[in-house]
Amino acid sequence: MQITVSVNGDAYTQEVEPRLLLIHFLRDELRLTGSHWGCDTSNCGACVVWLDETPVKSCTVLAAMVDGHRVRTVEGLESGGRLDPVQEGFARCHGLQCGFCTPGMMLTARWLLDHNPDPSADEIREALSGQVCRCTGYENIVRSVLWAAKNDIAERPSGGDLDATAEADSGVRQ
Amino acid sequence: MTAVGDSPNGAYGRVRRKEDARFVRGRGTFVDDIQLPGMLYGAVLRSPLAHARIVSVDTLAAEAHPKVAAVITGETLAGMGLAWMPTLSRDVQAVLATDKVRFQGQEVAFVVARDRYSARDALELIGVEYEPLPAVIDATRALGPGAPVIRDDIAGRTGNHIFDWEAGDRAATDAVFAAADVVVAQDMLYPRSHPAPLETCGVVADMDKVTGKLTIWCTSQAPHAHRTLYAMFLGLPEHKIRVVSPDIGGGFGSKVPVYPAYVCAIIGSQITGRPVKWVEDRSENLMSTTFARDYHMHGEIAATRDGTVQGLRVRVLADHGAFNGTAQPTKFPAGFFGVFTGSYDLRAAHCQVTGVYTNKAPGGVAYSCSFRVTEAVYLVERMMDLLAREIGADPAQLRLKNLLRPEQFPYRTPTGWEYDSGDYARTLRVALDAADYPALRREQAERRERGELMGIGVSFFTEAVGAGPRKHMDILGLGMADGADLRVHPTGKAVLGVSCQTQGQGHETTFAQIVAAELGLSPDDVEVVHGDTDRTPFGLGTYGSRSTPVSGAAAAVAARMVRERARIVAAAMLEASADDLEWANGRWQVRGDPEQGRTIAEIAMAAHSSLELPDGVQGHLDAAAVYDPPNLTYPYGAYICVVDVDPGTGAVTVRRFIAVDDCGVRINPMIVEGQIHRGLADGVGMALMQAIAFDTDGNCLGGSFMDYLLPTSMECPSWELRETVTPCPHHPIGAKGVGESATVGSPAAVVNAVMDALAPLGVRHADMPLTPANVWSAIQGNPLRTDLAVT
Repeated sequence: MQITVSVNGDAYTQEVEPRLLLIHFLRDELRLTGSHWGCDTSNCGACVVWLDETPVKSCTVLAAMVDGHRVRTVEGLESGGRLDPVQEGFARCHGLQCGFCTPGMMLTARWLLDHNPDPSADEIREALSGQVCRCTGYENIVRSVLWAAKNDIAERPSGGDLDATAEADSGVRQ
Repeated sequence: MTAVGDSPNGAYGRVRRKEDARFVRGRGTFVDDIQLPGMLYGAVLRSPLAHARIVSVDTLAAEAHPKVAAVITGETLAGMGLAWMPTLSRDVQAVLATDKVRFQGQEVAFVVARDRYSARDALELIGVEYEPLPAVIDATRALGPGAPVIRDDIAGRTGNHIFDWEAGDRAATDAVFAAADVVVAQDMLYPRSHPAPLETCGVVADMDKVTGKLTIWCTSQAPHAHRTLYAMFLGLPEHKIRVVSPDIGGGFGSKVPVYPAYVCAIIGSQITGRPVKWVEDRSENLMSTTFARDYHMHGEIAATRDGTVQGLRVRVLADHGAFNGTAQPTKFPAGFFGVFTGSYDLRAAHCQVTGVYTNKAPGGVAYSCSFRVTEAVYLVERMMDLLAREIGADPAQLRLKNLLRPEQFPYRTPTGWEYDSGDYARTLRVALDAADYPALRREQAERRERGELMGIGVSFFTEAVGAGPRKHMDILGLGMADGADLRVHPTGKAVLGVSCQTQGQGHETTFAQIVAAELGLSPDDVEVVHGDTDRTPFGLGTYGSRSTPVSGAAAAVAARMVRERARIVAAAMLEASADDLEWANGRWQVRGDPEQGRTIAEIAMAAHSSLELPDGVQGHLDAAAVYDPPNLTYPYGAYICVVDVDPGTGAVTVRRFIAVDDCGVRINPMIVEGQIHRGLADGVGMALMQAIAFDTDGNCLGGSFMDYLLPTSMECPSWELRETVTPCPHHPIGAKGVGESATVGSPAAVVNAVMDALAPLGVRHADMPLTPANVWSAIQGNPLRTDLAVT
């Protein structure tokens, strides 16, 4: 069957098998390998992408189901050569180690901050609770999202520079 | 990253990771990201039964599938002499089963097809007729009379016993126990678990028939060891094999062995002449790749009535599954379990470990266990708590009373390990202060008055990592020394090649910092190359927290060799005697005349120029080192866990976790803390959630993430870290390794906390995982047996 889908703003029209999973469509057909496959059972969240405006686990979405919709992946977080504050936060706060869960974590975090610009640590933990990280013990992921929240405002067109205070707080040399 | 180091302290520190620029953009390269022209996909047909004779395997329909390129069976491999491969413990393991299947999930056939879905389709077209045999899942029963013999492939074998191994002085220990005031005994299970890295195992094998070169991209923690094993097993010349570990999505020990499907992918590429990719799915990962633990332990501790610990006695039944495939140094069939005396000053100790085959997946050493130090620490730390309860002592005070004292180092343990350094009591006091332990005990007393179940758990661990000295430690005859190559380009930028392989530990950053500190460079000026056997020196890879202790030392030694060569060149440049130069401010300068000096960059350019050089230097600054560790390193730490238990449901909430680690010198404290965070999450997971149980027919009950539960952000508290720093006296930069410390030390703290919470109800012990059902049953007086589920 044929589907037409917008991925990170680029339109694709492709022939796909009806059974093809979205994660495999993105990775194998479009060669967008930033989204990862981790479990098959919607438990780990390594495959999280946005379907229109909502994070979904792309290992349990068929490519056929995104026909006529928009998909956003980790490759679509950066804009105009600038990292999204969520990406910047993960790098600054050591929110990743092996990097395998990171794309999914960042996409959910971006969704959270779009809906709750000033989340508490508990709200961040709740938002990410459907995703598994085997490396960080979650501590620095929470800090990364808090950093991003603090610097989101500065990122907006009317805002100023990224918050240097948070950087100094973390003690990390950049 | 702008820091420039003119001393170790200048280049060390919390610098951002070089790795992250690609990972936050989704531009890492994991094995499944590799797509080669003409590449085919493999899939494995696995046994649904735990024990059965194979009557026939019919592949005709699968071979007729239009998208199938090859179907490989045990018979195919037997014809090539490759049906069985060596394990890392000098046993053999079936690549594809020929005679019997011996665990559920065992590899039976391998299909190579044009895409991954077609490969799966074809699996369903293979007909296998099995004759079921009784399975033995229980390790004790496996040794009993009448147990089915699992390994009848080994001539003359009539039972399931693999080995007996002991450590310590049995007679002296028995004498201590006979004379002791107090003896406390406890059976405890360290249940089978799985490391479950988020990326499963996978491979892309590409046999170039024209050049004869075999390239293997693989999720391997030990690419050089894999290359040598393939050369020995497949009979291919080793210089024609290149193993590349690209980015790896976590390993934790599970990516050390060579798995059967890797071999199948290689054979598949040889047969088809095209690259073959195989990536396992999550169920395959949990059911067939190497498990961890599965130690059935009986511990006894002897002490005086006032709480002076005198002796430890341990018996272990070690369930190794269907093939003895544990990955550990040859002379240590129980890994480093011999460090079970832990951090305490005691007179005598003895342990006996018996290894046994069962109809379960092979493996046994994995999951950040430091070659079974995890099991050892859990044993001794549970015994200390049980002793404290028996004599009415506070568990923290009992530990303070018995911890080794600084003046006892170097300390030879009753089982023969030489701990190099430590100030244990200080580290425990830092933890007690950070937790405000007296306040916690007061709060607990108040809550108990109200019928609430709050628990405080203490553990103290001594790790044994950085394997290891070549004369004592090898894997399949390969000594555990690791190399480092350091090239310094004319403009003073450096490339370090190392044999270890990051799986998220940040080697590209930490190792650059090590070299930068030694040479007065910025870490930005040092590129770390790893994971490619054609571009890096030989070594045994990353596991057992050995990267910084072994490869980190090799890197420092190579950098010092460069620095010494640079001294000679600098002397020629400055027209001074090399003896008159000193290394200061990140450069060689004339002693007493600091204006006269040269940086490594200046010296490197001169070394590549036409400058006339003194005898003994041909030019260039490059150096290569091999590091053979004189001893293991012994990181240690003190952990305190605070839990609340719901008396109605048995649900455990970890409220606080305080961790004080002493891993010696910290090169990048940010990365060190991240490593500790990870291990603490492991501790919560293993203590409360993670176990691979089986039913009596051998069906794996933890074969997906719906059944094998991992801790999420909701189960993990915000970790509270502190540190002490006792440099390792024999390591070039005083580092000890840290990757596994928290995994080793934290489970006992969580279990001790839960048992402390349940103490008013008379609960003495329950095995991990302390699920709500298990805790609730323990409260009723019947803790669950967590390794078996009766069907």
